[in-house]
Amino acid sequence: MGSQGGFGQSKEFLDLVKSIGESRSKAEEDRIVLREIETLRRRITEPDIPKRKMKEYIIRLVYIEMLGHDASFGYIHAVKMTHDDSLLLKRTGYLAVTLFLNEDHDLIILIVNTIQKDLKSDNFLVVCAALNAVCKLINDETIPAVLQQVVELLYHPKEAVRKKAVMALHRFYQRSPSSVTHLVTNFRKKLCDNDPGVMGATLCPLFDLIMIDVNSHKDLVGSFVSILKQVAERRLPKSYDYHQTPAPFIQIKLLKILALLGSGDKQSSEQMYTIIGDIMRRSDTTSNIGNAILYECICCVSSIHPSPKLFGAAADAIAKLLKSDVHNLRYMGIDALGRLIRINPEVAEQHQLAVIDCLEDPDDTLKRKTFELLYKMTKSSNVEVIVDRMIEYMISINDNHYKTEIASRCVELAEQFAPSNRWFIQTMNKVFQHAGDLVNPKVAHNLMRLIAEGFGEDDDTADSQLRSSAVESYLRIMGEPKLPSTFLQVICWVLGEYGTADGKYSASYIGGKLCDVAEAHSSDDTVKAYAVTALMKVCSYEKAAGRKLDMLSECQSLIESLSASHSTDLQQRAYELKAIISLDGIAMENIMPLDASCEDIEVIDKSLSFLNSYVQKSLEEGAKPYLTEHERSRTRNISNFRNHDHHDASTHSLRFEAYEVPKPVISARLPPTASLTELAAVREQSYQREVHRSPSVGSLSDKGSQELRLRLDGVQKKWGRPTYSSAASPSTSDSESHTVNGTGKGKSFEPSSRRQPEVEIPEEKQKLAASLFGGTTSKSEKKQSGGGIKGSKATRSTADQTRATTAVVHPPVDLLDFGEPSGAASGSSSTVDPFKQLEGLVDTNQYSNVSKDPDLLSLYSDAASTSGQNQNQETGNLSHGSGNRTTKGPNLKDALGKDALVRQMGVTPATQNPNLFKDLLG
Amino acid sequence: MIHFVLLISRQGKVRLTKWYSPYSQKERSKVIRELSGMILTRGPKLSNFVEWRGFKVVYKRYASLYFCMCINQEDNELEILEIIHHFVEILDRYFGSVCELDLIFNFHKAYYILDEILIAGELQESSKKTVARLVSAQDSLVDAAKEEANSISNIIAQATK
Repeated sequence: MGSQGGFGQSKEFLDLVKSIGESRSKAEEDRIVLREIETLRRRITEPDIPKRKMKEYIIRLVYIEMLGHDASFGYIHAVKMTHDDSLLLKRTGYLAVTLFLNEDHDLIILIVNTIQKDLKSDNFLVVCAALNAVCKLINDETIPAVLQQVVELLYHPKEAVRKKAVMALHRFYQRSPSSVTHLVTNFRKKLCDNDPGVMGATLCPLFDLIMIDVNSHKDLVGSFVSILKQVAERRLPKSYDYHQTPAPFIQIKLLKILALLGSGDKQSSEQMYTIIGDIMRRSDTTSNIGNAILYECICCVSSIHPSPKLFGAAADAIAKLLKSDVHNLRYMGIDALGRLIRINPEVAEQHQLAVIDCLEDPDDTLKRKTFELLYKMTKSSNVEVIVDRMIEYMISINDNHYKTEIASRCVELAEQFAPSNRWFIQTMNKVFQHAGDLVNPKVAHNLMRLIAEGFGEDDDTADSQLRSSAVESYLRIMGEPKLPSTFLQVICWVLGEYGTADGKYSASYIGGKLCDVAEAHSSDDTVKAYAVTALMKVCSYEKAAGRKLDMLSECQSLIESLSASHSTDLQQRAYELKAIISLDGIAMENIMPLDASCEDIEVIDKSLSFLNSYVQKSLEEGAKPYLTEHERSRTRNISNFRNHDHHDASTHSLRFEAYEVPKPVISARLPPTASLTELAAVREQSYQREVHRSPSVGSLSDKGSQELRLRLDGVQKKWGRPTYSSAASPSTSDSESHTVNGTGKGKSFEPSSRRQPEVEIPEEKQKLAASLFGGTTSKSEKKQSGGGIKGSKATRSTADQTRATTAVVHPPVDLLDFGEPSGAASGSSSTVDPFKQLEGLVDTNQYSNVSKDPDLLSLYSDAASTSGQNQNQETGNLSHGSGNRTTKGPNLKDALGKDALVRQMGVTPATQNPNLFKDLLG
Repeated sequence: MIHFVLLISRQGKVRLTKWYSPYSQKERSKVIRELSGMILTRGPKLSNFVEWRGFKVVYKRYASLYFCMCINQEDNELEILEIIHHFVEILDRYFGSVCELDLIFNFHKAYYILDEILIAGELQESSKKTVARLVSAQDSLVDAAKEEANSISNIIAQATK
């Protein structure tokens, strides 16, 4: 069947396709297309173009548009073509308009009429073509114009029409739900359509409807279950089988619907248990489609009211997926695990090794999926490990979209689970440093507020230690280049408030640093403003404390330059600073009280009662009464303006109560009598040590990690970060830790003995993974050279692979851009014009498997001689040997036929270009 | 829901595009550029899925052609992978062991076939036989109208005109 008969287009068009195929650069391709656009623009407006010719022009327009150029000048002709009576032309017209026009295009209004007419046609193919266009083109406004007709078509005798009508209504529902909701009964009726295709199509709108409103469809549970049962028992026609699986796409859709219906509904869920269990048992785990169904079952099981039996089956299925060495399946396994842990987090435990493997995998997609899983299972006990990992990964990627996402996840987890404020600040520093421009500015305000408010308890020592350690870390970080603006603002603010608070740093030192920041970021007014204000604070604290203030010369010059700034805000700040410095200490203390950022602002007497007598007096003297609340509120806002910053901070929401601290852990290390302050002091010390280390993530010292581990153990720790246990692990022998692995799964450890082995497992795992997958890792890092693919269906031979790499080196020159030079011909021919080669075909193309002669008969005989041996190889061995110069898929004759045809038409695919003829299905 | 279907050759040339969600011409070019950069450079043996701008792109390579479909986060990737295969099998049946050249010159036919398989971004027909029957019904009507030049001689005559 089909259209092997020919390509049906003119030589001109074939040449166009050919020359575009030949082009070596995007620029060249663009030139060719632009020339074609000019030609078409001229031709298409000529009078009396034969319809056949017009059809081809339209197809050429589609081609241009497909290549990313604008063919809008021809849209109207495509619209006109939909009016044609001939189905062939009409079909082309509809195809073109559905490809050209988005749903809001002005021309659509011109098509609606035609569509209306065509929906009434007695030729069902015309109706189908119109319905295809309906799905793409009809928008909110035009739905009423066709809705009635489409509904009637639900009962058309041809199933193809019914099916498309259902899909069209589904599309209407997506566009404008209200237009279709009254038709729900129709969908229900269509569920019983005797054509499985129509029934399958009906599942799409029903899925959407159920998603919005589960309760009104609960009565359908029984029907869905029985349909699913029939499908699974192969009651549908054989033609719906896909790779021996009965109608898998319908099964998947049904499972999705059941997942919605059973969610949080015990009674409905119980009706489903048997069939889901059946399907899981039956599913063929060796095929992709079988696993697709299995995955959908797991999703369904995790969504409906839990059944222990199904849960067990799902856990087993996940174990199988995770053990697979196919990346796709492991990916699905991780995703499925993420769903199942919502019901019972303990499932994850037995898979920790597999998960660590996926985290270490070179495949970025798998890694991200694993991070998503980790994100879902984060608790206060493992937050440090997970966030550390995330930040490490965040630093390593360039994709801003994902960077933003992972940064916000880090912030979210840190805010929710941070074991200590210090850790929180450190983590935030890292996030800001590496993704500062991508995080929400709210986060910066939260960080400032946290530093200002401290632990929220009456523990001033701890608070001030926290602050001074923050100051110290900022002083260290701020010298680094390319810090994001938001982060610099935080730094400036903190330095201004607390830079001199502990007396460790002199005011002039801090002032100098602040000047440096302002100068280094001279284009960023906000940072400069923060810096100047910070400078002002530092100066006034100094003076208020009675010390003599010497302004550094650089500060002086900075202030001078800012006084003349174009930004009025900066100017004002600079003048204020000058004015305040000249005041005496007591005044200063009043203006800039020390550490007052958290003080409540005095509530202003809103009724201004103290003015009552004055107002009274004025009124008596004939003054106009002061009215309008609107106006009054405006003035009040102005009066509050100076305090704006404080208000601003309070509008952002963050959990400010104390973070969850895993208490037993701390007491395990410290003597039970340790007071809170001592505790803080101990932590402080260790923190100081850490602080001196380099800020790069992941290089936490042993001491630091001990400190971290301290808080982790005792709590059930599931996801140890391998590097944390660096001190202990290298000494353990492989065999020893293998047994540890084995027992680790049994979760029979007592809490006290838990610590060592628990931490070790991942470390060992990592080693294991490295030794197991190390080879592949390095290979794939080197990137795709060599190595055949195992894919059983696609014909990806090793030869193909090697050609792939060579193709990268030599830009393809042959005809239709598939020019991987094959075998020995590559060196010489890659630079030769394929058309010239063509002319001298017979002598140049010695490696050709394809005919050199337009004569079909000789073609076959010729081919038989050149490729006979290849054919033998192919039949015996699906994956071709690396030395094999086979240039064809298995279906040689077909390919040769096509080749001959193409040649006859004057289009000459180069012989070094075997892939063009390669069967897509091997 | 499938947002778009792309067929890209290994050299990054576009063979077929079908957009089920609205994208401007500018966005389309950007999408194609971004995705071909991501997908064509992926090594073998890795998973067939890529996360992209909050969506997922499922791709599969057949000979030198990459079939890509963009789907929502919550969709079943393995299912999409099989929808791609379903499409390729139908193409294969229609063209008789399909190769890339068929799609290059007959891209509009590939569109017709795709329109019978996917509609509005959803799978509309999962029976190969039904699709084949519909497409050939359309073709035979076309033949009856004698619009299509079927024989080689016709083409040659036209080409040399």
